[in-house]
Amino acid sequence: MTGWLERIIGNKNKSADEAKERLKLVLIHDRTDLSPSVLEDLKNEIIEVISRHIEIDPDKVKINMNQEGREQRLIADIPILPARRRRAR
Amino acid sequence: MTGIVVTVTSGKGGVGKTTTTANLAVALAERGQKVVCIDGDIGLRNLDVVMGLENRIVYDLVDVIEGRCRVRQAMIRDKRLPELYLIPAAQTRDKSAVSPSDMVHLCDDIRQEFDWILIDSPAGIERGFRNAIAPADIVLVITNPEVSAVRDADRIIGLVEAEEKGPARLILNRVNFDMVRRGDMLASEDVLDLLAVELIGLVPEDEAVMIGTNRGQPITLADRSQAARAFRSIALRLMGEDVPFEDYRKNGNFLKKITNLFKQGGG
Repeated sequence: MTGWLERIIGNKNKSADEAKERLKLVLIHDRTDLSPSVLEDLKNEIIEVISRHIEIDPDKVKINMNQEGREQRLIADIPILPARRRRAR
Repeated sequence: MTGIVVTVTSGKGGVGKTTTTANLAVALAERGQKVVCIDGDIGLRNLDVVMGLENRIVYDLVDVIEGRCRVRQAMIRDKRLPELYLIPAAQTRDKSAVSPSDMVHLCDDIRQEFDWILIDSPAGIERGFRNAIAPADIVLVITNPEVSAVRDADRIIGLVEAEEKGPARLILNRVNFDMVRRGDMLASEDVLDLLAVELIGLVPEDEAVMIGTNRGQPITLADRSQAARAFRSIALRLMGEDVPFEDYRKNGNFLKKITNLFKQGGG
């Protein structure tokens, strides 16, 4: 009975959606053998290397795993600070 | 005639490999194809009981490989169909009794006599799995819409690719469409999205499967159930026909109620 009530109110996440989200993450790690902590280390090292050459905002760096077919792709989004702001400092 | 070797595998146990193998074999044989099934699960044989042929075993796969009998002697003919045979697994040995190259040689020996050689793979990713996929031309991965089964299927699909036997084709078995409709079971689209493989079969959860297994009669032998229809469609797709997937979601509760009514009535 609570099932349909919750559905009408719409505040309950469907369990199938949750299964899919959880599987998505698990499969990324299974396929690449990369744990979240390794990914975090990787991110920090990338930030460090890039920062040596250009000024970036470390808090805005995003490193994600993308799936294309059965291939995994590492996508890095690294915003560079604008040159004007760099000069002003 | 050059037989096509189809290996049915899954990673996780209990998702319906043996049932699928038996029913695909029956469906292909019904279409006039010459079919032999090989139970690859040495030490845990089950294809014989699912097909209802357990009382007729004399020789088994290991006897053939170790030269105690000829392949023909180990083949049990299923009398319900003109050209359906089973080579049972050994029950008292283990997987190390057979090697991948033994399986390749065996299949090469019988390929000329059959249209289809179906191999029921054991669960897991060890020797038994490698034996089962070694001779495969086509690998069918079975899974259920459930997190652990999907995860294991992904692993198996990767291994099949690594062995250059890919791309594997997916059978999504035991789908409860009422639960899918309620959002409490992964839909086939979700599973395909995650696994990124081609779907060859969508089999609804069906009580008829259990009843058939109890009796040693693969449901595809009888005409009525939804699952039997799904297995027949898979067989046709293997034969190269373009069979559309049934949209069970549209059928809704109404059709189910009607079929249940008939099932009760028909006993």
